[in-house]
Amino acid sequence: MTKRARLGRKITFIVGLILAFAYVFPFFLVFVNSLKLKPEILANPLSLPTHISWDNFQQALTKMNFFRSLTNSIIITVLSVSLLIVFSSMLAYYLARTKNKLSKYIFLILVTSMIVPFQALMIPFMARFAQFVSWNNRGALIFFYIGFGTALSTFLYHGFISTIPTEIDEAASIDGASDMVAFWRIIFPMMRPITATVAIINALWIWNDFLLPRLVLTNETQTLPLSTYLFYGQYSIEYGQAMAGLVLAVIPIVIFYLVLQRQFISGISQGAVK
Amino acid sequence: MSKVRSTKKFMKLAFTPLAIFTVVLIVPFANGFYYTFTNWDGFEATKLVGFTNYVKSFQDPMFWSTLRFTALFVVVSLVAVNVVAFGLALIVTSKLKSRNILRTFFFVPNLIGGVVLGVIWQFIFNSAIVALANKYDWTLFKESWLQDTNKAFWALIIVTVWQSSGYMMIVYITGLVSIENDVLEASQIDGASPLRTLMTIKIPLMAQAFTIALFLTLRGGFMAYDVNVALTGGGPFRTTELISMHIFEDAFANGHFGTGQSKAVIMFLLVAAAALVQVTISKRYEVQR
Repeated sequence: MTKRARLGRKITFIVGLILAFAYVFPFFLVFVNSLKLKPEILANPLSLPTHISWDNFQQALTKMNFFRSLTNSIIITVLSVSLLIVFSSMLAYYLARTKNKLSKYIFLILVTSMIVPFQALMIPFMARFAQFVSWNNRGALIFFYIGFGTALSTFLYHGFISTIPTEIDEAASIDGASDMVAFWRIIFPMMRPITATVAIINALWIWNDFLLPRLVLTNETQTLPLSTYLFYGQYSIEYGQAMAGLVLAVIPIVIFYLVLQRQFISGISQGAVK
Repeated sequence: MSKVRSTKKFMKLAFTPLAIFTVVLIVPFANGFYYTFTNWDGFEATKLVGFTNYVKSFQDPMFWSTLRFTALFVVVSLVAVNVVAFGLALIVTSKLKSRNILRTFFFVPNLIGGVVLGVIWQFIFNSAIVALANKYDWTLFKESWLQDTNKAFWALIIVTVWQSSGYMMIVYITGLVSIENDVLEASQIDGASPLRTLMTIKIPLMAQAFTIALFLTLRGGFMAYDVNVALTGGGPFRTTELISMHIFEDAFANGHFGTGQSKAVIMFLLVAAAALVQVTISKRYEVQR
C-alpha cells in the first residue's frame, strides 16, 4: 500500500468514527439522563449520574402503561405482517403466473398506487370506516395495514416469483396437486429470502407507524409510539422520567435489530432496489 | 385452462387481497376526489359546488406559507440526506476493518419511529443544549432553536438527515457493490485517481441507486409528519407546519373537511408531478449494462 492510500484510509476512519459518534450520541444522552434526577439533568446534561437510580424507569413503566402498549404493538405488528405475507404472496403468484390483460392491469394499478400518500385519502377514509373502527379498532387497524401494504409486498414477491421456472408448477400440476397445494407446499418455501424482506420492511413500518394508529386507536389499545408521544407530552417537565420512557420505547426494536442485523440490512437493500 | 378453473384460481389466490386493497385504498381515494367538488362536511354531500373548495384552499394564506415551507423542506432535505447518505456509503464500502460496526451505528436511527426521534431531539434542542449554552456561554444556543422559525427549520433538517440517511446509505451501498470489479481494476491500471474513478465510473454505473434514493427522499419529504409533530409541533405559531400536518389540523382539529380534502388532493398532485419529473430526469442518466 502506498503512503497516500494509507493516509486516505486513516482519514476515512477518523471521519467515520466522528460520524458514528454523532449518530449514537443522542441515544447515549437520553440513556445517561434517564438515570439522573431533575436538578442533576438541568445542571449538566452531559455529566454521568452521581448515583444510579432506577426510579425513573419504575415511574415511566407504569405511567406510560409500557407493557400494555408493548403487547398491543406486538399483536398488531405480528398479525398484520403475517396476513400481509399470506395474501400478497398468493396475489403475486397469481399475477405472475396468469398471463392475461386483467392481471397486467391489476399489477399496473398496484404499482401506481404506491405513489399515493396516505394523507391524500385519510379524511374520507376516516369518515367511511368510523363504524368499523368503533366496533373493533385493533382489528380495523390490521385490516387497514393489509390494504395499504399489499402493493409493495405483492410487487416484491412478483419480482421473485418471475425467477422461479414455471416447469415446477407444471410438474406439481401433473402430479395432481391443486393450485393451493402447489403454491403452499412447493413455491412458498422457495421464496424464503423475499419473505424475510417483506416481513422486515412491513414490520418496521407498522411498528413505528404513528399517524394511522393516532386516528384509529383508543387509550386501551395504544401502540408504543402513541403512548410514548402522549407520555412525553404529559411528563416532559419530569425530565428523568421522560428520558426513561424514551429508553423503554427504543429498547425492543434495537434488540430485535441487533439479533437479526444481517437480515435487516439485506432485506432493506433488496426491498429498496427492486 | 378452462374458464371455470381460471375463475376458481382467481377467487382462491387473488380475490381477498384485491378486495381489501380496493376497499381500503381505491374507494376512499376516489371518494375523496369526488368530495372536493361537493359541499361534503364529513358526513354527507348534498350538492355539487364546482371548484369552490379549491378556490378557498388557495385563498388561505396559511396554506401558501405551508406550501412554501414544505417546498423548501423537500429540496433541502433531499440534498442533505443524499449527500450525507452517499458519504456514509463510501465510508462503509471502503477497506476499513471497522466498516460493519460503523454501518450498524449509522443505521440505528432509522429503526426508530419519527415520533420517538422527534421527542429525543426536542429534549436536546429545548433542554440539553440550552442548559449547556448557559453554562459555557454559547450565544447561538441560549434560546431554544425550536422557538424560532428559521432555526426550527434547520432542526427539522438535522433530525430528518439523522433519521433517513442510514436507509439511503443502504441503497447506495447496494449500488456501489453492484459495480463489477474488473471495471474498477481497469481504471486503476489506467492510473485513474480515486476521485476520478468515483466521478466517471462509479457514479454513472450506479445511477439507478440515485434514482431510487432521490425518489424515496422526495416522497418522504412531502409526507413527513411524525418528526414534524413531535419536534416542533408546528410551532412557533404554526410557522413550521409541513403540508401533512397542515391537512391534519385543517380537517381533524378545525373540522374543515372540504378544504382539508382539496388540499390533500393538491398534495397528491404535487407528489405525483415531482416524482414523475425526478424519475424521468434520473432515468436519463442510467447507463444500460
